[in-house]
Amino acid sequence: MLPNVLRRVGYALLVILLVTFTTSVLMSLAPGSIAEVILGEGATPESIAALNESLGLDRPVIVQYLDWLLHALQGDLGVSPITHIPVTEAILQRLPVTLELAVLSLLISLIIAVPLAVISAALPDRPVDRGINALTSVFLAVPAFVAGPVLIYFFAVTFNLFPALGWVPLSEGLGPNLRSAFLPALAAALVEIAAFHRVLRGDLIGTLREDFVGAARAKGMSGSYVMFRHAFRPSSFSLLTISGLSLARLIGGAIIVESLFVLPGLGQLLATSIVQRDVITVQGIVAFIAVAFVVINATVDIGYGVIDPRVRKAPTAKKPARATRKVATA
Amino acid sequence: MTISTTSLSTLRSKRFRETRTGTPQIAIAKRQWSVLVWFSYFWIVLIVALAVLAPILPIAAYDAVVGPPRLPPEWGPIDLLLGTDQVGRSMLSRIIYGGQVSLVVGSASALGAVVAGTFLGLIAGFYRKGADWMISLLADVLLSFPALVLLMAISAVFSPSIPVLLIGLALASTPTFIRLARANTMGWSSREFVRAARNMGASNTRILVREILPNVVPTLAAYLPLVIAALIVAEGSLSFLGLGVPPPTPSWGGMISAGSADLRTSPYMVFVPAATLFLTVFALNQAGEHLRLRFDRTMRD
Repeated sequence: MLPNVLRRVGYALLVILLVTFTTSVLMSLAPGSIAEVILGEGATPESIAALNESLGLDRPVIVQYLDWLLHALQGDLGVSPITHIPVTEAILQRLPVTLELAVLSLLISLIIAVPLAVISAALPDRPVDRGINALTSVFLAVPAFVAGPVLIYFFAVTFNLFPALGWVPLSEGLGPNLRSAFLPALAAALVEIAAFHRVLRGDLIGTLREDFVGAARAKGMSGSYVMFRHAFRPSSFSLLTISGLSLARLIGGAIIVESLFVLPGLGQLLATSIVQRDVITVQGIVAFIAVAFVVINATVDIGYGVIDPRVRKAPTAKKPARATRKVATA
Repeated sequence: MTISTTSLSTLRSKRFRETRTGTPQIAIAKRQWSVLVWFSYFWIVLIVALAVLAPILPIAAYDAVVGPPRLPPEWGPIDLLLGTDQVGRSMLSRIIYGGQVSLVVGSASALGAVVAGTFLGLIAGFYRKGADWMISLLADVLLSFPALVLLMAISAVFSPSIPVLLIGLALASTPTFIRLARANTMGWSSREFVRAARNMGASNTRILVREILPNVVPTLAAYLPLVIAALIVAEGSLSFLGLGVPPPTPSWGGMISAGSADLRTSPYMVFVPAATLFLTVFALNQAGEHLRLRFDRTMRD
């Protein structure tokens, strides 16, 4: 198990290095420079060059990147030249909002998807199953920027059940906080529900065809006991993988709901920094998201060993995950 | 999918033969032309036809003012059927021309991704070793990164335009095809006819192009509608954030974003483009699922 973990960690580090370096190159290719943004309309080529030099932007990309990396390893992601706030501080300030949204979305989708998948798998190809499949197909075609305005119209404008915009921090009470987080979390969750339902339904149906399930039924165990005590755990590996992937994706993809619902999260910071060409902040956030993404994926991979003894015993054995990445990217 | 051959499973499959014949894939393929699939193909044909015929249809230009602003949908002149937007431009015309953008951007970048992904995947799956390691790492790097963040960074660095969108979206969807092509190539490379071709003295290039490629292409093509749907969503997300197609060219995502400002008073301004985008993505997903079940051999073998 240990060599497996080490290899995974090494690979993750390599991916992080490549991602952050690519971001550096991309940002240095940008036609407009940050100096132009800071100096505004009255900038002369000389003043732009002077500011670039004082910000260190005139050095070769590789030098800039190594300098950035050296500081980043010490937890210092630089200071935004526009807001003059340290990037690390800005990220930590906004992280709780994004994290809460992502976790809430994940919880909502699991709470809805797991019972639907169990019902579907218990009665495959019956009318109930087909109805649930049709419903999740609908969810799959509703991205957050479509679901958001529609949810706002019905739940906030027409029935006035939830606030349409804005964020109530946790310090002002759990109830109001959850009320302001519910609609954005639901808007982001709909697509995930469909993915979770598909994966769990397929795996459950596969497991229910196995001999040990037939044996359990033959012993006279009830259908629901077999479903939850025998079939559920071996069927939940793919679900675990895509839960991890979708948590990582929700953190990265929170940009849409955060800008739609005007929430002070990481995504909104990224969007404004991109518009302002605040290279240092963008690079910091991108690196942070990449690290979060890679760490979550690696944790999920290693987590297999905890719930699936087959992986623990044979490190070289193939993982039982089926087409999980495909589901995640589609 | 393994088939166990013990007596118990044989017994069970015999008992259930009337209800569940054969493998699940075949069972699903049998009810292939359900109402939803019919509707999906109909909607795709309709949207494509409207987008292609847009210049000769009797509709106003997408940037022409045709009536008072914020006019709700009503029966009457063709340009006012779906209402007008904040400036009084025809929603119908903007939906149709926006469809042009979505479809062209979605399918062109998906095609680019198929070509690049197939090429890299074939090489990785056939030669293995160093090439495989490099290409798999490339795919992993691209995948280990939220596609939307990548796209935002790209369209922020190079000011938004259609070519930039195309390249960014193609880049974001290439790893999916790399993985698919690689897995399929590895599967086909060990078949007898490949060994036979090699024994007859065929070169690696010939084996790749004449023996393996024709078998890999149908599988990848079956995934095209699914990827196009995902790309239309990605394009919509970018336009929604103001990083997509630059105005005044209409796009569905941009229309939803513009309409959100007037959600309280004129909800149709959001609902019309939202419904169009939803139906298109839904139809592409259905058609894609249908094609995939028929042509994707990776799931069946």
